[in-house]
Amino acid sequence: MILNWLCMSRDSRRAIEFRNVSFRLVNEKTLLSGLNIEIFQGETLILLGRSGCGKTTTLKLINRLLDPTDGEVVVEGTATTQWDPIRLRRRIGYVIQEIGLFPHWTVEENVAVVPRLEGWGAEKTKARARELLEMVGLEPARFASRYPRELSGGQRQRVGVARALAADPPIILLDEPFGALDPITRREIQQEFRSLQERLGKTMVFVTHDVREAFLLASRIALLKDGKMILAGQPAELLKSADPDAKAFADCLHDPEPAEGRS
Amino acid sequence: MSLWDFFLNSRAEVLGLTVEHLILVGLSTGIAVLIGVPLGIMLTRWPALSKPVLGFANIMQTVPSLALFGFLIPLNIYLFHVRILGGIGARTAVVALVLYALLPIIRNTFTGINGVDPAIREAGRGMGMTNRQLLFQVEIPLSLGVIIAGVRVATVISVGTATIAAAIDAGGLGRYIFRGLRMNDNTLILAGAVPAALMALAADLGLGWVEKIFKTGVGGWFKNPKAAWASLLAALGLIVWVSVALYPAKMDRRIAVGSKDFTEQIILGEIVAQVIESKTGARVDRRFDLGGNLAHEALVAGEIDAYVEYTGTALTAILKRPPVSDPGEVYRRVKEEYGSKFAIEWTEPLGFNNTFAILVRGEDARRLKLKTISDAASYAANWRAGFGQDFMSRPDGYAGFVRAYGLKFTELREMDLSLTYRALVERQVDLIAGNSTDGLIARHDLVQLADDRHYFPPYDAVPIVRRATLTRSPEIRIALKSLGGLISVAEMRQLNYQVDGEHRVVKDLAREFLRKKGLKNGE
Repeated sequence: MILNWLCMSRDSRRAIEFRNVSFRLVNEKTLLSGLNIEIFQGETLILLGRSGCGKTTTLKLINRLLDPTDGEVVVEGTATTQWDPIRLRRRIGYVIQEIGLFPHWTVEENVAVVPRLEGWGAEKTKARARELLEMVGLEPARFASRYPRELSGGQRQRVGVARALAADPPIILLDEPFGALDPITRREIQQEFRSLQERLGKTMVFVTHDVREAFLLASRIALLKDGKMILAGQPAELLKSADPDAKAFADCLHDPEPAEGRS
Repeated sequence: MSLWDFFLNSRAEVLGLTVEHLILVGLSTGIAVLIGVPLGIMLTRWPALSKPVLGFANIMQTVPSLALFGFLIPLNIYLFHVRILGGIGARTAVVALVLYALLPIIRNTFTGINGVDPAIREAGRGMGMTNRQLLFQVEIPLSLGVIIAGVRVATVISVGTATIAAAIDAGGLGRYIFRGLRMNDNTLILAGAVPAALMALAADLGLGWVEKIFKTGVGGWFKNPKAAWASLLAALGLIVWVSVALYPAKMDRRIAVGSKDFTEQIILGEIVAQVIESKTGARVDRRFDLGGNLAHEALVAGEIDAYVEYTGTALTAILKRPPVSDPGEVYRRVKEEYGSKFAIEWTEPLGFNNTFAILVRGEDARRLKLKTISDAASYAANWRAGFGQDFMSRPDGYAGFVRAYGLKFTELREMDLSLTYRALVERQVDLIAGNSTDGLIARHDLVQLADDRHYFPPYDAVPIVRRATLTRSPEIRIALKSLGGLISVAEMRQLNYQVDGEHRVVKDLAREFLRKKGLKNGE
């Protein structure tokens, strides 16, 4: 009985689910095969793996920038192929690797993209953009009317995060958001992001190849290799795993770099 | 007369032609943008189309303008009762200019939009932008600098090409250039070329400035879709309005008199026009200055009702018959064939024969005692000859001419007819083929060598009219009959000289001539 109840409650808390998902390119190259994973509301799942293992592909399957070749990706109880892609994407915040700020718009206009597309009123949009800039540590008075080219890398990335949060989406996807930053800025922004995470309680899927970042931010970690998932579990489970790839990643944690974070 | 004096004296006309030129360029570039930008965007959506479409635009740019005009004039395409293609005048010129302007605009739109950073495009899609939002809010604003650079190139090309439009009576600064070439008048050529060059420069600088603004990214305007659509509609409306203004519906059908593109033709066109006006009271449109065979094509197409043709030209160049030397025979044959083939009537001959005149410099003629073409044959081996394109290509022209007299030149130059006189005077060539009625013959001390072997067929000038026009307004036949036998070769040469040499105004000259002949009352 209790087990049953647990299952049901888990079910209702499921934000995203991959059901035996494969993705192949037109030239038959397989980027992802047989992926099964559940992502629960409010958790931060880290997709960890080396370059080219299928992390970004997995992310793009969630907001339907890609459609699965086999299987299905279910978001909030509905398969992505049944979702109107525009509606789906506006419910999902997205922070991409290259940031992709719109260079012809000011910081404020960049942050306000989705509210504007959603047709919020001008006042509400403006207030929301300012609130978000505060939240990511950019003083609105100083930054709102600047253009992206007038910002440092770290500031741009904060704008990228603020933009993803703008319409208060329940799910946020982040694709190596802090990869291009210098180590000090990266650490700073990771710490801030962590407190933001705790405050907001969003479902987040976060791609990285940086194992320290993974341990700092993860509720759970899914380890990918060559388009397959090797394991998924609490960070502690990764440390205990006998899998050679998991071991290799775990070993990186003990490199003689400045220790950090959660462990 | 210095260029400055010319501008001062005729500033109203210069301004008028400049405005015409601006309208031609503005309208054609505007239409090219409205076609080219959406087409360029379409190509980014279906890249497979890019090769054929860009290839076509590329080919259009290589087609010579006169050839393009010749192809466009006979077309007769209507859209909601408005003729959108064909005919002479601004419409055809604008169509040709649009075709020339398309390539840089399509190409720059295509490369501009394809050049938008893929990360930015993906961010837009990931934010949930629809394709249209992505296009209007991200892709177009970011490629606007490149697109405007294309518009800038197209505009500058158009300013230059639009001078050719004068060849089909579309007006613009090309009128001065053509007139200047014809009259051998540098001031006139510059009067057309300098404002056109300034206009090109201004367009280049102005659009360069706009391009710079947009390169740094002005996005605010595009985020308001209503403003964007309103501007687009406003631009569209402006273009439609100017188009409608340019092509008024022909409610009252007037008489249109045409002419070819040389002085004599314009004088004759004006004489015919004034006679029709004074004898019938009809209002006459003047569609002068039609290049190549365009006058004939315009007459057949019903674009004009009458112009003055030459019997020999009609026989050989239009009807493609072998040359005949008996004037009466030639007239009879063209009258018959034009009637059955084109429903065009030959009225009374005007009285002079404008045959090809083989010309040399007066001093050469006197020194070598040259009277006839046969006299010159022995010197020809050391001479350079310069002939117009027309003379080179027509069946009663160059090929038969050198065969008839057994001529061989050291060098043969093919150039515009008006330039051959200049080349002869400036000793670039030693012999040219001009026209026997040309006013420049006397002005530059040139000597016409007699056609002692009677090679050149007769070229009697005769007004020709569409039969449909005569049926509708029979009084035109009577008006033109009064011109029969009215103008001698000497008189024609004199009229030509007064325009080419003394820069008389054609309208005044024609009025004066008709009054002298008792065909027009003093006004």
